[in-house]
Amino acid sequence: MNPISFATQMIRIAIPYLFAASGGVIAERSGIISLALEGFMLTGAFSATLGAYYSGNPWIGVLAGIAGGLVFGMIHAIATIRYRADQVVVGIAINLLAVGVTRFFLKLAFASSSNSPRISGFPARLSAHGFDNPLLWMGLLVTPALAFVLYRTRFGLRVRAVGEHPDAAESVGIHVARVQYVAVALSGMLAGLGGVYLALDQHQFTDQMTAGRGFIAVAAVIFGRWDPVRAALACLLFAAAETLQIQLQGNHVIPSQFVEMIPYLLTIIALAGVVGRAIPPAALGKTEH
Amino acid sequence: MTSRFREQVEEALFPPLVALLVALICGDLLILSYGQSPASVYRLLLEGTWGNAYGFGQVLYKATTLTFTGLAVSLGIRAGLFNVGAESQLAAGGFLAALVGLGLSPSIPGVIGVPLCMIAAAFGGGVVGAIPAFLRVKFGAHEVIVTIMLNFIVLAFLNWIIANHLHVPETLHTPEIHTGAIPRLSQFIPGFHGSAANLTIVIALLAAFGVWFFLFRTRRGYELRAVGLQPDAAEYGGIHVGGVWFRALTLSGAIAGLGGINYVLGYKHYYEDGFAGGSGFLGIAVALVGRNHPLGVVLAALFFATLSQGGLAIHAFVPKQMVEVLQGVVIIAVAMSVPEVRRALRSARRPATV
Repeated sequence: MNPISFATQMIRIAIPYLFAASGGVIAERSGIISLALEGFMLTGAFSATLGAYYSGNPWIGVLAGIAGGLVFGMIHAIATIRYRADQVVVGIAINLLAVGVTRFFLKLAFASSSNSPRISGFPARLSAHGFDNPLLWMGLLVTPALAFVLYRTRFGLRVRAVGEHPDAAESVGIHVARVQYVAVALSGMLAGLGGVYLALDQHQFTDQMTAGRGFIAVAAVIFGRWDPVRAALACLLFAAAETLQIQLQGNHVIPSQFVEMIPYLLTIIALAGVVGRAIPPAALGKTEH
Repeated sequence: MTSRFREQVEEALFPPLVALLVALICGDLLILSYGQSPASVYRLLLEGTWGNAYGFGQVLYKATTLTFTGLAVSLGIRAGLFNVGAESQLAAGGFLAALVGLGLSPSIPGVIGVPLCMIAAAFGGGVVGAIPAFLRVKFGAHEVIVTIMLNFIVLAFLNWIIANHLHVPETLHTPEIHTGAIPRLSQFIPGFHGSAANLTIVIALLAAFGVWFFLFRTRRGYELRAVGLQPDAAEYGGIHVGGVWFRALTLSGAIAGLGGINYVLGYKHYYEDGFAGGSGFLGIAVALVGRNHPLGVVLAALFFATLSQGGLAIHAFVPKQMVEVLQGVVIIAVAMSVPEVRRALRSARRPATV
């Protein structure tokens, strides 16, 4: 196995996870449970396809994808923050809604129940192995950017305060709901970008193309103990397992189904606290305060 | 009617009604976007579901599975636990039922075969429910995340067994079971001919009654509800919260697993990869709309079954995916209006003293 080709394939697989997990980290650090990453990614991928198809320009696709993720992020935010709806229920409902909405409009826009026509992605040279894709670099930079925002800016401090102790945050004059709105909106846009990467990379939208990647990102957030850098490392780890499985395909060393289980098994082990207990932000999921 | 009872009924009925209104409006917009008339599409939806025996039979069939998963989720919520794993519990139950049905000799009569398969189904779901229960009680691992992760693990594992060891060539399903088949309703009422509705519906209704009796008429059920409302107070009152949680989540899994017989014993007579097809997740919607009461769960199951069968009825005019959108809208609208309605009703009742 060639280490260079292994590393490049691993990074390409990790990019959607990195975007979505970053979104998950910021929403959960503000105290809002983030189970809708899958739905954000799917709408991001679909709106990016619409944008790129009708404009012929991948950058318009990127903007449309961010907008799609933002719209679903705002639905999540309004339901859970303004109306204090159960965050788990809303997250799962948004995933169902995203599947339904993308299928319906796939039918409406392209008269197909399986896939969109081909769209133009970013120009790619074969020799670059995908590394001339600006989204790939954005995906790699999103982790340090998020870590900086979360730990080195006033907004990041507010997000963490709101997620740990909303009452204390409120008492020093922080507008709790506003901070949460921004965090959840950001999570929608970031996860949406993960979907954009998928759609532009595969040059089309296919039904349910995110295929559980949003939940792998959820797993990475927890396995990474709600820290941007550790969550990113978890994304790389999960991507490495997938790459290994792809590159070993045909050898039948380990059945692919068992490789698929790795992120989820590791997350359960982390939650059970066998190695370094994963402890969530104190106010995560609390609707009344 | 006592005023306390009326309050409960109001609190239970307003959110679904608000949600229905919101869903109707969203549906109108989607139908109009497709250039069709909402009135005629809605009429078609009703005619294709409650308007003829076949359509109604399909609604009953789908409602049967949803009753089991809805009961499972609501039982968990009554104990203060969110079981998001009904999807894989349902699959595991169906798988074990098929396994027992395959293992038994064809000479064993149905009266023995069916109960054995049912026990296997409940056992399969119960085991999948017991894992997050154990991890919650023993390590404090949050059951929402564990059940979500377990869905993927269990479904991947079942897929591996079917794909590599137990499928009829060229398919992803097991051979047909030798014994344990449950008769279809069309054997008694010819009008249901062709629909998948079967006697499992009776078992589903018995399960709903059983859950009601357990929750509201037994000491264990009282303990379970006490823990769900206020675990610390329940613990102080001498209830062993960990034990209640373990039993609740295991029982919840067992009920979801039992739902697997509707497809495996009642409809296809084999286990097929992916047969759960989202019924477990829809169970969350059923529990939510049914306000975690067994009667509400049965009605909500009928509602969601009508929507999903109705999608097929309107497909010639509007894509059936419309009902998937509406399902999502209903869930979000109910989730949003439950706390809102509660607040509004409470503040309306409060005496006007300052």
